[in-house]
Amino acid sequence: MSSDKDRKIKVIVAKPGLDGHDRGAKLLARIFAEAGMEVIYTGLRQTPEMIVQTAIQEDADVVGISSLSGVHNYFFPKVVELLRQNGMDDVLVVGGGIIPAEDIPKLKEAGVAEIFGPGTPTQKIVDFIKENVRRK
Amino acid sequence: MFDKEKINDIKKKREEWESSTLKKVLDRFPERKKKFTTISGTEVERLYSPLDIEDFDYNEKLGFPGEYPFTRGVQPTMYRGRLWTMRQYAGFGTAEETNKRFKYLLEQGQTGLSVAFHLPTQAGYDSDHPLSMGEVGKVGVAVDSIEDMKVLFDGIPLDKVTTSMTINAPATVLLAMYLAIAEEQGVPFDKVGGTVQNDVLKEIICRGQYIFPPQPTMRLTVDLIEYCYEHVPRWNTISISGYHIREAGSTAAQEMAFTIADGIAYVQACIERGLAVDSFAPRLSFFFNAFTNVLEEVAKFRAGRRYWAKIMKERFGAKNPKSMMMRYHVQTGGVTLTAQQPLNNIVRVALQAYATALGGAQSLHTNSYDEALCLPTEQAVTVALRTQQIVAEESGATETIDPLAGSYYVEALTDKIEAQIDEYIKKIDELGGTLKAIELGYIQKEIQESAYRFQKEIESGERIYVGINKYVMEEPPLTNILKVDPKIGEMQVERLKKLRAERDQKKWKEALDNLREVSKSDENVMPAVIEAVKARATVGEICDVWRDVYGEYRPKEFV
Repeated sequence: MSSDKDRKIKVIVAKPGLDGHDRGAKLLARIFAEAGMEVIYTGLRQTPEMIVQTAIQEDADVVGISSLSGVHNYFFPKVVELLRQNGMDDVLVVGGGIIPAEDIPKLKEAGVAEIFGPGTPTQKIVDFIKENVRRK
Repeated sequence: MFDKEKINDIKKKREEWESSTLKKVLDRFPERKKKFTTISGTEVERLYSPLDIEDFDYNEKLGFPGEYPFTRGVQPTMYRGRLWTMRQYAGFGTAEETNKRFKYLLEQGQTGLSVAFHLPTQAGYDSDHPLSMGEVGKVGVAVDSIEDMKVLFDGIPLDKVTTSMTINAPATVLLAMYLAIAEEQGVPFDKVGGTVQNDVLKEIICRGQYIFPPQPTMRLTVDLIEYCYEHVPRWNTISISGYHIREAGSTAAQEMAFTIADGIAYVQACIERGLAVDSFAPRLSFFFNAFTNVLEEVAKFRAGRRYWAKIMKERFGAKNPKSMMMRYHVQTGGVTLTAQQPLNNIVRVALQAYATALGGAQSLHTNSYDEALCLPTEQAVTVALRTQQIVAEESGATETIDPLAGSYYVEALTDKIEAQIDEYIKKIDELGGTLKAIELGYIQKEIQESAYRFQKEIESGERIYVGINKYVMEEPPLTNILKVDPKIGEMQVERLKKLRAERDQKKWKEALDNLREVSKSDENVMPAVIEAVKARATVGEICDVWRDVYGEYRPKEFV
């Protein structure tokens, strides 16, 4: 299975922390599915550990994290770090939500591949994933 | 409203206009679009005339302000008597910082307070809980115990200022703290005024700050309503909220319909408790959104007032006119703000505030232009407050009551939205009521479907959004950004440690044990909650008692 290039891209859409703003996350879950990906939406109130656990269980290719409550600087790097510790360095991590521009360089340095702010066309996110996913 | 002969005359004239004047132009210059719609997707005709409200009965549909069915407003003089309360939702960092922001806003002419609590407080966790990591002081002020609350209201007289608190599942706890502080200030409970959101159903539908399962969480809601009816008569015991439903993607009609559906569930629960409808209903209040499509918003507010009045009178047999009044707060649409060209948001907010004024709200929060990027800076908050002051003082919207009444378009749209609300309420009744509709995911799915439709319209270019899919430009990022001190998490954890070490352990334990017993019984929990907060029990500790007794809500996801 892991060498099957035709396998659907598997995406975890995750809501970290206590943030309840899930309009974007749910919308993207649907858009990703329509773009031919397999999508697992975690629901709300996820710790970094829970998100990574899901990624491991599902053998995910992509983890998309959405935060609108200002926890990105803590959560996003933590998820990347835990993925690495679990030997899942090849998982593409992307983020979105209310994220000030000045925070983005640090998040990228920490291993988040891209940050998508409010107003991003969803096709742009789909294209980015398709181009950058590291298929196993 | 119009006699038959006149109507026939207008009909004839209209047909002539269509076949001659209009046709000539349309043949040469087709209209910009095949179909024109409001932002909610409701089709809008080219022209409205008496023909669209042919059977309009003024007395039945509109009546007079302060009288049933309240279409024109809930007070007889509206803004000629008193302007709406200008109430900016604020809170971040520690209680000290937010206290400073509160005092600043009051100095700038704000007339009421509105507290934003950080998410741990809203979800019933203390700042040192693992799920609070990274969240402390972020989207609101960190309040773990009465000690934080005291700092928050330091120097603010609770008999002079009314306070709205956005707190839902733990509403009883934060109200208990507020009352205990009022008591310390020497203010009797019957002089204390304000609002708790206390609307747990919409947390389950779309906002996500739920704690307990629907039944026990509704019990706490009703306990608060009952307690205030007896002891805190000026308190608005619930703010039934459509705001977040709209933010989550609903249309204007869905916002009103699902909020009214929640309202029906609360009234039903209070009646089942044995409360007389006219005892508690006058203290119910509402909270709505305002988007940029001014006329649709005005129609939504008018339709909502009329429909709610009918529900209270006809379904619940209310006799007191106050029980039938939909009094509400408005916040301008957070989701309408763009991160792109953020100064444009000032214009959006101005239009939304104007719609709110024309619609007849009782209080208003205007959003700051930088909120698609961060929490608002002091400068941005000041512009937002000034925006509603300009609407109030300069626009003329406040000089006469319900100024758009009689507009063929606004009346036709008011009727249409009311019919859409009615259709939803009937559907929800058929499903077995609001709780059942939520359990089935019906309401959630309807909202998500609208959010999806809107997104598709934006991406296809069918709907224009300035700065997003038209008039786009390159720009440097906004640099003046409010930052919350990352150390605040540690500071708050230290405070908790100190509190736990220094409080009277025996008193604290007794208070929590008593709360546990009361929570298992049919007795109203409020007195026990007040004793617990006075004994320095924290928000998290009190909610843990209830987690233990009532269990936790685990949502089904409907994606």
